[in-house]
Parts: sequence; C-alpha cells; structure tokens
Amino acid sequence: MLAMQPCLFSVLLLNVLCSFVSALYFHIGETEKKCFIEEIPDETMIIGNYRTQLYDKQTAEYLPATQGLGMFVEVKDPDDKVILSRQYGSEGRFTFTSHTPGEHQICLHSNSSKFSLFAGGMLRVHLDIQVGEHANNYAEIAAKDKLTELQLRVRQLVEQVDQIQKEQNYQRYREERFRQTSESTNQRVLWWSIVQTLILVAIGIWQMRHLKSFFEAKKLV
Amino acid sequence: NMMYGSLRVLLQVLWAQLLCGWVLGSELTFELPDNAKQCFYEDIIMGTKCTLEFQVVTGGHYDVDCRLEDPDGTTLYKEMKKQYDSFTFTAAKNGTYKFCFSNEFSTFTHKTVYFDFQVGDDPPLFPNENRVTALTQMESACVSIHEALKSVIDYQTHFRLREAQGRSRAEDLNTRVAFWSIGEAIILLVVSISQVVLLRSFFSDKKTTTTRVGS
Repeated sequence: MLAMQPCLFSVLLLNVLCSFVSALYFHIGETEKKCFIEEIPDETMIIGNYRTQLYDKQTAEYLPATQGLGMFVEVKDPDDKVILSRQYGSEGRFTFTSHTPGEHQICLHSNSSKFSLFAGGMLRVHLDIQVGEHANNYAEIAAKDKLTELQLRVRQLVEQVDQIQKEQNYQRYREERFRQTSESTNQRVLWWSIVQTLILVAIGIWQMRHLKSFFEAKKLV
Repeated sequence: NMMYGSLRVLLQVLWAQLLCGWVLGSELTFELPDNAKQCFYEDIIMGTKCTLEFQVVTGGHYDVDCRLEDPDGTTLYKEMKKQYDSFTFTAAKNGTYKFCFSNEFSTFTHKTVYFDFQVGDDPPLFPNENRVTALTQMESACVSIHEALKSVIDYQTHFRLREAQGRSRAEDLNTRVAFWSIGEAIILLVVSISQVVLLRSFFSDKKTTTTRVGS
C-alpha cells in the first residue's frame, strides 16, 4: 500500500501535465475572435485546455504570456444561449456539459486592452478540446473507485458504448429535423404552384375585364 | 521489496519519457470566413505516423484548399477545392508541421471545416502497460473491443458530418423556395399592373391627338 502512494501520485501528476503537453496551436490577432463548433449529443462533457504564448521581439521567439493577458471564453448552446462566459488567465481549462443536443459554439478572444502588449504581433494559442469519453481521466477514476486493471478497461469500454448510444439518439433527432425540413420544402413547393396558377388566372381575368371596360369607355370597342 | 519499488520508479520515468511520443490527436470544427486562410501548427517528432483528414461541413460549393508543409517549408500535400480528403504520412524530420485551409477563392460564402489530425498512437490506459507482463486473454479482448469501438465512433463522426452537410443543403433549399415564391408573386403583380397602366397610357395619348386633329 505504501509503495502504491508515490506511484499513484506520480501517475496523477503526469496525467495533469499531460493536459498541458503542447497540442495543436494557431495564431490569433488582438481583437480577433476564433470560434470552434462542436456538434454533440446531450449530457456530454467537454474539457478544453489552452495555453498562450506571446511573441517577444527581443528574443525573436514565443514566450509564455504575462499574467495580465487572459483569454475570454464564451460557449453558446444550439439555441444561442450563453452557457459559459468566463475570463481565464494566460493558461486555462474550461469544462461544460451539454444539456441540449446540437451545435455548440466555443469562442475565444483575448482580453488585452493594452495595445503595447501585442505590439502588432500575434498571440500563439495551444488548444486541445476533448469530447465525451476522451474527457474522462481514467487515472482519477481508478484511484477513486479503486478499480483493478481489468475493471478499468471494462469501464473505458462502458464509457465508449455510452457515447455511441448517445450519438445514435442524437442522430435519430437530427434525422427527424431533416425530414421535417424536407417535408416543409415539399409543402411550400406544392402550395406555391397552386397559388401561382390561381394568381395567374385571376390576373388574366382582371386584365381582360379592366381593358374591356376601358375600351368601351373610350368607344373603341 | 526495495528492488520492486525502484523498478516501479524506473518504469514511471520511462513512461514519462515515452509519453512525449504520444501526443493526443486533435479534432476541431471551425468557421472559415470568405477570403480567409487559417493555419494550424504542431510539433512532431521524427518517425511518427500522422494522418490529416478534413471535410467541409457547410458553405457554398462545400470545397476548400488544403496545404500541408513540413518544418523546412516543403509541401507534402496540396489540393485545391477539395470537399473531403485523408492524407497519411510519416514525419521525416523533427519540427513544426503546418497545415492551412484557404477559402480565398470564395467571395462571399463562409465555410465550416472539420479536420482530424492524428499524431502517433493514442496514449495507453496504464503507465506500465505492456512493459512488464503480457496481456491476459481478457485484457487482449478488451483492447480489441476498444479498437473496434474507436472505429465505430469514427464512422459515426463521418456519418454525422455527411448528414450535417445534407441537412444544411436542405435548409438552404427551404429558405430559397420561400424567398423565390414571395419574390415571384411580387414580380407577377408588378408586371401585370404595369402592363395595364402602360397600355392605358398608349390609348390616352392617341385620343387627345384625334380630338385635336378633329377640331
């Protein structure tokens, strides 16, 4: 048991560090807002990790940003309602769980108000977004529930199957929406053809009657 | 007992170093405005097998330019106006690889692009997995089920993207039909009324001329 403690601690520590391993990065301007879309079923957890670096002209390389520079993270649900709107430091981790299935929008922009910080340069943002089953921290789960290796593996499989099931439910809901849109288009086309024919006939009749009365008035007919 | 303890420490150190070779894959969907270009960078170690897969989800003709460059700037992959593609390569050099998506050929349609950049293998579930003992039958079964489920999730993602594309087209069609119906009704009314008014104006002038000539 005593031998387990440092082992577990180092596993947890390394897993924490794992989330700050340099993932994909991109450049963002000062007032620029970068948005990412995640189409997810409901009750799905999303964990986002980001790390920023600022270009230092003196050393001509990217250094970790100063403490004053933070990122503003805003998450909107499919109904355009804001579910997360917070400012984090130069390094941050944001988590949210979806309550409605659909397209969630995650937007990031820097909160820099001092123009001298950027000096016309770009901010380098390392971003990593984990969705659903990937967001689970298995080392933590193993430690909390005291699972053996086999039990943890099976637990991972259960989480994966759970995610597959949620996605399929969401797919059924999406297909229903698609079908509704197609049927609405069908209805509109049908309705419009009928109305157009009626308008044409009515206009034709009105034109002839109006002109006939006009010519009769002018004594040309 | 002490040897066992130090062996565990050694294994953890080894795992920590090996972790550097296992960078998690990144999967993102982002919006690409018209006339814009978006680049992503990743530091890759030599010898890692990487896969870049992208698909245009919504917008215009559902196509985008994609370009992948290695640390020296040599283009490894370049395709113009592609809707979907998958490219696998093994990193020949250490350094920062860059891939860009460009919508510069489009004047007013902004696009939503999905990409999945897998670098190396997924990190294993356990720190000292496979290094000390071979897997039992149960564990191997679990590993193969895990791989199968990963591919199921992958197929689901692709299906979802295709469906999103189809749905986006259907919704576009729906709005277009609505606008066109209203537009055509207005055009019909305007044209027919102006026809009658114009015709009336022809005859009104003629009558005045006739009257003048008469007297």
